[in-house]
Amino acid sequence: MKTRKLVALIGAAVLATASLTACGSTETTAESAAETTAAESTAETTVEESSATTEEANTDLSGSITMAGSTSMEKLANAVAESFMEKYPNVTVSAEFTGSGAGIESLTAGSVDIGNSSRNLKDEEKEAGAVENIVAIDGIAVVVDPANTVTDLTKDQLISIYTGETTNWSELGGADEPIVVVGREAGSGTRGAFEELLEIEDACVYANELDSTGAVMAKVASTPGAIGYVSLDVVDDSVIAVALEGVEATAENIKAGNYFLSRPFVMATMGEISEQSPEVQALFEYLASDEGKEVISSVGLITVD
Amino acid sequence: MKTQKEFSIVGNRKSKSIVEKTAQVIFTICAFMAVMAVASITIYMIMKGTPALFEVGIKEILFGTVWKPSAKEPSFGILYVILTSIVGTTMAIIIGVPIGILTAVFLAEVAPKKLASIVKPAVELLAGIPSVIYGLLGILLLNPLMYKLEKIIFAGSETHQYTGGSNLISAVFVLAIMILPTVINISESAIKAVPEHLKSASLALGASHIQTIFKVIIPAAKSGIISAVVLGVGRAIGEAMAITLVSGSSVNVPLPFNSVRFLTTAIVSEMGYASGTHREVLFTIGLVLFVFIMIINVSLTKILKSAENKD
Repeated sequence: MKTRKLVALIGAAVLATASLTACGSTETTAESAAETTAAESTAETTVEESSATTEEANTDLSGSITMAGSTSMEKLANAVAESFMEKYPNVTVSAEFTGSGAGIESLTAGSVDIGNSSRNLKDEEKEAGAVENIVAIDGIAVVVDPANTVTDLTKDQLISIYTGETTNWSELGGADEPIVVVGREAGSGTRGAFEELLEIEDACVYANELDSTGAVMAKVASTPGAIGYVSLDVVDDSVIAVALEGVEATAENIKAGNYFLSRPFVMATMGEISEQSPEVQALFEYLASDEGKEVISSVGLITVD
Repeated sequence: MKTQKEFSIVGNRKSKSIVEKTAQVIFTICAFMAVMAVASITIYMIMKGTPALFEVGIKEILFGTVWKPSAKEPSFGILYVILTSIVGTTMAIIIGVPIGILTAVFLAEVAPKKLASIVKPAVELLAGIPSVIYGLLGILLLNPLMYKLEKIIFAGSETHQYTGGSNLISAVFVLAIMILPTVINISESAIKAVPEHLKSASLALGASHIQTIFKVIIPAAKSGIISAVVLGVGRAIGEAMAITLVSGSSVNVPLPFNSVRFLTTAIVSEMGYASGTHREVLFTIGLVLFVFIMIINVSLTKILKSAENKD
C-alpha cells in the first residue's frame, strides 16, 4: 500500500518538476524566436513585397533605398519601411542599425542613400555634404506621483536625482518624502535616450528597473515620492509630467526646441532631397504626407511640420 | 456470427496483432516526445548559454557583482542575481514550508470533515491561480505596506535607497504563498499514506493525538514531506511573472529592503531589447537556472530512492 502510493508520488513529482523545467526554458526559446522574427521582419518583407506585385499600389516606381544608422530609430525606420513598401511594392527599403555616427559615415562614404541619426548633425558631417532632414522628434517626459508638490526641475536637479545625490524631495522644495527613482531596464531605447541627453550614461542609480512603459507609469502613479521617465505620448492624468527648466512637456515646446529632454530623428541625405533618386524623394514625400505622419505618431514620436 | 465479427475492434488474430503493435508504437512515440523535449532543451541551453561564458569569462560572469550590460565597457556580473535567487527561495521555503506542512496535518488528521471540505478546495484553487495575479496583488497590497514599513525602519538613514516597497521581502511573501499548494497537497497525500496501524498503536500506547502526529505520523511521512519541500523549491526558483512585478528588478545585494533581481526576472526583463553579448549572457543566466533545477531534480530522485530502499 505504502510503496504503491509512494511510486505514484514519485511519478507526480518527477512529472511536475519536468514540466516546470520545460516551462522555464520554452519561454526563453519562444521569446528569442519572436525577437529574431521581429529583427528580420524588414528583410523578409523586402523579399515578399517586391516579388508580389499588387495592382492597386503604385508600381511605376521601382528600385531600392538603403539606410543605416541610429539604433534608437529602429522602430521608426522599420515602421516607415514596411508601410512605404506596402504603397510602393516595387521599391525595397532595407535598414541597418549601426549607430548614429556610423550611419552618417556610411552616408558620406556613399554606401547608403540615407543616414539615420538620433542627434543633430555635427558641423564636420555637414561639411562632408550631409544634409539634415528632421523627420520626427523623440520626447521624454519626467513624471512624478500626483500628490507631489515639486512640478518643476532643472537639468542639474534631475541629474542629481538620477545619480543618487539627491534623495529627498525636501531638498528640492517639496515635502519630506524620500525619492523613489524609477527607470527602465538596460537596453531600453527610452533609457538610452534619457541617459544620453542628461549625459549620465551608466551612472544612474535606479531603485526600480521596470521592463515596460506601462509598468513605470503604474509604479509612479501608485508610489508617493516616485519619479520616472516615459515617452511623451503615454503621459496621462494618473501622473504629473514635470516642467523642465520651467518648460512644460508639450509637443509644441518640443517642436520649438525649448524642452531639453528631446532629440531630433534625422534622416540625412547627401545633398538636398531634390537631388536624390526618385525613390528617396518618394520616401520623404511619404513621410511628409498624412499617412507618413500617422506612422510616425504610431511609434510614439512627434511629427514635424 | 458475421455481424458480430464486423463490430468487434479486435476482429481476428491478425487484426488483433496489428492493433497491439500500433498501440505499442503510439505509446513509444509519446514517451519519446517528453524525452526529446528534455534532451533538446538541454542541448539548446548548453549551446546558447556557454559561448558567453568563454567570451566574457566564467569568473567575470558568475562572480562579478556589477551588472551593466549596455554600458560602453559592459560588465556582466550576475553574482548578486544568483545570490538573490538562493536567498529568496530559501526565505520563501522557511516561511512557506511550516505553514504548508501544518496545513497538511490539519487537513489529513485534525480537521472535521466539513471544514476539510472547505479548506481543501481552497488550497486547490490557490494552485490554479495564475502567477500574474499573485504579482498584481503584491503590487496593490504588499508594496504599499512594505513602503510604509521601509519609511519607518529607514527614517533618517542617509545611505538607504528607497524602493517604494518593491523589495526582497515582498517577493519572498509572494513566493511563500505560491509554494503553499505544492507543499500542502504532496505532504497531505504523504501523511494520508501513513499506515493506519502505526497511528492506532501509538494511540493505544497512551500517546495523545498531537503526540502521535508529531512523533509518529510526520516521521513516518518524512520522505513524502521532503519531496514536497524540494518541489516547492523548484516552483519558487522557477517563478518569474509574479516576482518581476513586486521585486523592483534592480541588481542589488539581497538584503530584505533592497530592490532585487532574480535569475528568472533577469531574463524576462531584458530579453526584449538585448542584443549581442548581452543577449548571450541572458542565455547563460538561463543555463545557470537550468543547472539549479537539475540539481533539485537529482536530489529529489536521490531522496525518493533512499526512502524506497528503507521500505
